[in-house]
Order: sequence, then C-alpha cells, then structure tokens
Amino acid sequence: MRIALFVTCLADTMFPAAAKATVLLLERLGHEVVFPQEQTCCGQMHINTGYQKDALPLVRRHVRTFEPYDVVVAPSGSCVGAVRHQHAMVAAGDPGLAARATEVAARTYELSELLVDVLGVEDVGAYYPHRVTYHPTCHSLRVLRVGDKPLRLLQHVRGLDLVELPAAEQCCGFGGTFSVKNADTSTAMLADKMRHVLDTGADVCTAGDASCLMHIGGGLSRLRTGVRTVHLAEILASTEA
Amino acid sequence: MSTFLGMPVRAPRGVGHLRGDQSFPAAAKEALGNSQLRRNLQHATTTIRGKSGRVIAELPDWQELRSAGSALKAYTMANLPLLLTQLEEKVTAAGGVVHWAADANEANQIVTDLVARTGEKRVIKVKSMATQEIGLNEALEAAGIAPVETDLAELIVQLGEDKPSHILVPAIHRNRAEIREIFLRAMPGVDPKLTDDPPVLAGAARRYLREIFMRTKVAVSGANFGIAETGTLAVVESEGNGRMCLTLPDTLITVMGIEKVVPAWADLEVFLQLLPRASTGERMNPYTSMWTGVTPGDGPQNFHLVLLDNGRTAVLADEVGRQALHCIRCSACLNVCPVYERTGGHAYGSVYPGPIGAVLSPQLTGVEDNASLPYASSLCGACFDACPVKIDIPSILVHLRNQAPHARTEAAVMAAAAYTMDHPRLYASAQRAAKLARIAGRRGRGLPPPLNGWSASRDLPSPPDETFRDWWRGR
Amino acid sequence: MSSKDVILDRIRAALADGPSVPEIPRDYRRGPAEADLDLLVDRLVDYKAVVHRAGTIPDAIATIVSGSVVVPPGLPREWLPVGLEVLVDDGLSPERIAAADGVVTAAAVAVAETGTIVLDASPDQGRRIISLLPDLHICVLRADQVVASVPEAVARLDPTRPLTWISGPSATSDIELNRVEGVHGPRNLHVILTDGENH
Repeated sequence: MRIALFVTCLADTMFPAAAKATVLLLERLGHEVVFPQEQTCCGQMHINTGYQKDALPLVRRHVRTFEPYDVVVAPSGSCVGAVRHQHAMVAAGDPGLAARATEVAARTYELSELLVDVLGVEDVGAYYPHRVTYHPTCHSLRVLRVGDKPLRLLQHVRGLDLVELPAAEQCCGFGGTFSVKNADTSTAMLADKMRHVLDTGADVCTAGDASCLMHIGGGLSRLRTGVRTVHLAEILASTEA
Repeated sequence: MSTFLGMPVRAPRGVGHLRGDQSFPAAAKEALGNSQLRRNLQHATTTIRGKSGRVIAELPDWQELRSAGSALKAYTMANLPLLLTQLEEKVTAAGGVVHWAADANEANQIVTDLVARTGEKRVIKVKSMATQEIGLNEALEAAGIAPVETDLAELIVQLGEDKPSHILVPAIHRNRAEIREIFLRAMPGVDPKLTDDPPVLAGAARRYLREIFMRTKVAVSGANFGIAETGTLAVVESEGNGRMCLTLPDTLITVMGIEKVVPAWADLEVFLQLLPRASTGERMNPYTSMWTGVTPGDGPQNFHLVLLDNGRTAVLADEVGRQALHCIRCSACLNVCPVYERTGGHAYGSVYPGPIGAVLSPQLTGVEDNASLPYASSLCGACFDACPVKIDIPSILVHLRNQAPHARTEAAVMAAAAYTMDHPRLYASAQRAAKLARIAGRRGRGLPPPLNGWSASRDLPSPPDETFRDWWRGR
Repeated sequence: MSSKDVILDRIRAALADGPSVPEIPRDYRRGPAEADLDLLVDRLVDYKAVVHRAGTIPDAIATIVSGSVVVPPGLPREWLPVGLEVLVDDGLSPERIAAADGVVTAAAVAVAETGTIVLDASPDQGRRIISLLPDLHICVLRADQVVASVPEAVARLDPTRPLTWISGPSATSDIELNRVEGVHGPRNLHVILTDGENH
C-alpha cells in the first residue's frame, strides 16, 4: 500500500526518531511510504489557542498537500484529531475547502489505527526487551477512540514486559499551550502522572503522541528519574539485532 | 427597559457571582499550594467518580438516555418562547404567580419585594445555583432580610463565611475536621462536645435548623425542572431541607433559569434517570419534590415563580456555545476534570466552576469579563464523556478561545508562526536556524517568558542532529 | 415593554438562525417490564430502609413503633395495631406532627430499579408535611404498585398532585462526598411490602 506520511511539525523538528521509526516500520511491513514535502503543521496549536483565522492557511495547505493520497498516517493522535475534528470547522466559511478537509480527514489515520484497522496487523514482528508502561493520550483515547489498539500492538512485541499504568486515563497536563498558560496546574497534573509512571517500575513510558511524551519526559528528566519516554512507533520499529 | 434586537445582553456587572477577582492561573496557583484543599478534593472527586461509575454501569441503556437527554435539551432551546409561555399559563392556572426577570438586578428586586410584602425578616433557602448566581443573599441582607441556607454544604459555607466551590457539594473543599471547627465557631447553640463524625455533624445541622424550619414563613428555592405541559416544578435533593422549605412556609418563591424548562411531563423519565446517577452517584436521590401551583390545604398557599434570563439569551444566540444551556447542574464534569481536581472551584471565580463553568460563565458575562476561563482546561475531553446530556465542552472551549481577547505580543507571535508554517522554505530554515536549544540554553532551562512556565518544571528534549526532513532528503 | 416581552424578544433574536429541531430518540427502556420485588427490596435495603414482607400489616407496625403515630385521614384503620395512639391528620399543627413517634402512610407507586417510593397526597397518604416531620416513616406498599423502572412510574403518576419521591431515609453526601443517613427528613424509613390481600 502507498501511504503518505503526515509527519507533524513536532516530530519533524524535535522527535525525528518517531517519524523515522514510522517510515521504517511501514516499509518493513511491505508498504511504500511517501513524504509530501509541502506539509508543515496542521494548525492545531493555533486552533486550540484561539487563532482560527491564522490556522486557516495551514488547513488549506494541509488539505492541498494530502488530498492526492488514498491513505495518510501520522504518529500522533492529537494531530489526527485536529485534522478529523477541527479542520472542517476552521474552514466553515469556505464550504468547498471544508468538504475537501472532511474527505482528507476520512483517509487520515493515527499509527495504531492504520496498523490494526487498515493493515489488519497486530504482530508487527518487533522485539523490545524492556519493562514498558503505556500512557493513553487524551486525544487518542477520547477524540479518536483508538481503544486498546496500541496495547494490542505492544502485547505482541517480543521481549517487552508491559505493565499497567495506574489512573492511565487521566491527562498528563500537557494540553498544548495549556502547559504554558496554566503552567502551575499543568505541573500539578504532571506530578501525579509521573508518580503513577514511577509506581509501575517501568524503565520506559510510551504513548502515541510525541507532545505528551515531551511533557512527561521533560518532567521525568528534570527529576533525574532514569525513566525514558519512547514513542510507540519506535518500539514497534525495533527488531532483534 | 429597552433592548436592541439581535444584540446579546449579558449578565450585568456589579451584581452576583459570575466574575472572579483574579485570573484563573493566578487563583489556581494559590489553590495549588493549599495541601489540605488538594487532599480534600482528591479524596472527594475520587469517591464520587467511583460511585457514579458503578451505578451508571447498572443501566444497560445509559447511552440511549444520554442521547435522549441531549435531544430533549436541543428541542427545548429551539422552542423556548412557546415552552416558557406554556409554563407561565399552566403555573398561573394552578394558582401560582409568574414573574419575568431580565437580569440579576430585576430578579433580586422581585424577590426582595415579594418577601417585604409578607413582612417577614427571614427566609429559608433551598440550595439554588440561580440565586447564588444573582447574589440574592446580598440583596436580601441589604433589605434587612436574613437568608438562611438550609442545605448542609451551603450552611457550612454560610457559617464559615466562605464561598461555594462545587455545584453539587459547595463545601467539597472542607473535610470533616474543618466542618467541625466551623460549627463550633459559628453555629448558635451547638454542643461544645461535637465530634467530627459525619452523622454527628449532620445531627447538629438537624437540631439547629429544625427550629428555623418550623418558624419561618417564606422560602426561596431554585428548580431543577419546570414542566411546560403541566406547570409542575421539581426540586431534587437529599437531606429533606428542600421538602421542609417547599412544604412548611406560607410563601414559596422559586427562581428558575429560563433554560430549565422541560417540554412534557413524560420527559422527566429521562432526566430523573440521568441526574442522580451522574450527580451524587446514587440510583435515585433521597428526595424529589414536585408541585404544580398551589394545592389547597397542603404546602405553601402563595407560590411565585421567577423566570430568569441574566445572560442566558446571549448564550442562546451563539450557535456553538448555546449547548452550555443544556446543563442540568449534575457536576459530573467537575468530578472528572483533572484541572478542577487540583485547583478546586474557587479558582474559577464564578459560582459555576469546573468545565461547565469555564464555558458557561464567560458566555453569561461576555468572554472579555472571564477571558482566562476558556483556557482553564487541557482539552482532555473527560468532561464530554461524563456529561449526561452530552455537552461537547471541549469544542465550546475552543470556540470561546477564538472569541477571547488576545494579548498583542501573543497574537504577533502566533501570526508570525502561522506565516512561517505556511511557507515551507521559511519553515525549514527556521527549523535549522532556531534550534530551540540555542534560545533555551541548557536543556530548556531559562526560557524567556511566557515559555519559562514550561522550563520551571520540565526539561526540553535535546535538539536532534537533523530534522526528519533532512533525514528523508538524505536517504 | 414588559420584561416578559423583552426576554421573549431576546430569545427569538437568539434563535434567528433557526436551529434544527431534533427528533427525540426514545430507544431507552420504557417498559412495561415485570417488576422484580426482590430487586426493590435489595435497593431499599442498600439505601438503609428497613423492609418487612412477612405477617400482617398491624403486626409489622407493632414491631416497628409504639407510642403515637400520625396517619392521613384515608388510611385504612385496620392497618393499625391496637394500643397505638393514633393522630389522624385533620390539620394537625406542625408541632403536633413533629412530636409524634412516627407516621404511617400508603404509597402511590414504587420503582424497583431505584428503590424509590412515590407519595401523591391521596387520602391514604395525606399532606406532604406528615411524612416529613416525624423521625420515623412507615410506608405500606402493595406489590401491584411496584413498577420496574422510572419511565413506568412517571407514566402512572398525576403531575397535578403534589408528589414526593423517596429513596431511603434522609441523607447527605455533603461531607467528603460520602453518603450519611439522617439529616432533616425522617431518619428511619420502614417499608411494609404486601401482596395486596392480607390486610
């Protein structure tokens, strides 16, 4: 299958390992990955911070960039959520664009959705000999409703010791610009999330969103906990030797 | 009184409790430092989430009930003029008197005048969000009338000279030890040997209020539902203080927001299932009272219903925001909100705290008067899932953020970022040049404002050697 | 212009976009379903009511209360055991009612699924005040008054009557969100469940 990668601006700039892993994983599974160069950012930060007017050109760009492709994947529940639930709204003043945005959204998948629902695979042949806990990010969980798909993928990874995260469904406190505008509350939420991660005894905390992992990982690093954050794609891309 | 058609009229300033003294982040910072508050809230919200989840799981048709509740509310809002007129006719026909209050000042005046006409100097009150919203207690006190809150939590708040912090449990921020201290300090005639055992505390409230119930001639209540088809009002409660107020006095004055009207009697079959399970986590609350006008020989012989706008029509005018009026005040969204659980209700500055408050208060007042509230959420979506009438709170928050006034510097940064991201070559060179780390210094410490909010507690990741784009090009 | 006209005009202006009026989905359970008396008892007991199913009504009442009871004027007198002081409510003062050791009423409807009893102020249930002020409420319920779910109860009731829905004794969740029985209403609720024949 020919799959267009919607890399997301955050993974592109700060977490290329998650994006590279997405490419290598899909290629290993026998698919062709293309990277449309004109893509930049889906505009979620602008939309969620109250700048829909500024986001409109970004929505237009995203739609134009990805509408030639039958299947689009992103290693982010949050960015796929924005495409699926916000792009048409931002484009409401331009019905033609809104309709195109809806069509692109219908063909855009978060990585675990693509693997399980579209490609029909749960065992991707990965090997990752670590104790891992999974944080279901809010937008994967409650906007996209990915359910237990990421867990099913992780359960098939050889060598991986999957431990359940207590109070997993509580937000980590990132929330985009929330983490800056309400930094104190965000930090209080993060403190509890980190406590739960540490309680599992895992050495790796994984999730399907680089943004939440940046937040959780930033806190775990600041406290020198020794627990790493690793994107789900990187675990699924890992193989023995 | 005059109004321009089409111009939404907000809740007036200078009266009531819809606007806080400080922004949410500033108030939240103070609250977060109160360890007792944090502990009380965490315990209480965890308890109620568990209870509610268990009784909701007992119903095989919970999602169908939510859908029906949501549709009933949308139907109600679309037919509000007809339904309110019908409610007025039915209440009037059953011996009640209906008053219309365009805002808080008018509502306070109507109620104060009605009490003054009875000659009474004291009223008993059933917990009511609408009367708190309009600041009725202050208005009554200014007229020399003493309002006595009879709900246990409201009594704790009133005796503690405190502010409510939760829609359902206004004293949720207090634990039993603090409640005991408040009673010992402020409850007339309290037993000095009072312990902090909850049944003992409840017993103290029973003794104190019993005399007052028996001797007070006027009661003020809110209403959970007002049935247009029949003129029936309903108050849902637990303790029996509601029954006392609705049964014993000669005069009953009920203040009801216009959005609380329910089309038909049979529609209660939906809301009476949704509300208790979402709210207190009970299959049914201990007491629900329903009355239609005046019943000769039974209960108050004078009944007044005050229908309140106070900004609700402005909410109704917003196509996205109007669903905030669907709220049945269960407070499920507060109990699941990770922000509320840590800051408590006072940080929101309004009588409507939590996620629903963050969308309702700014719409009632105009978003410029509560500009920080739409941002008091990480948009995690737990509130939407918990809402028994399926109010899409995250979408309203995003919608209101788009209406909120923005700081000039932030707006400039956002515009510049959008411009850069709409020009891939600029974007790519910005990626290479900026290398966030250079501004950030060592691992994100010492970022300039406002980004220092991040670096205060979190490291930034080490910048990668190459972006994904670079890697792809080099393959 | 009256405030009523002002508000109605504001509403009409607010609805100028003509919001779509949805069809109300009624695919939740509306009954009729068979009422499960054991479920009712379980729910009542769960919320700290005491349930009596054996024996005659007077025998049951005799085990619950001695002294004085308030009764509504239409309560069947054969329900009451000998030896009780019976205060028939013909407009008793609140003080007299509050001073009684208990109150005995019938009921209009009960909901098994929620453990709820509804009083509708019929002659055998009386004014709302009598079931409120005494600390003990004894409610006699016939099996044929029990419905399975809330929608069936709503359908049976007459909204023009004053209605009191009672689910267990008076309670509060205001202290740390834990339910505590016993605030202003009767702290003791006893339900005598009969098959409707052995009065």
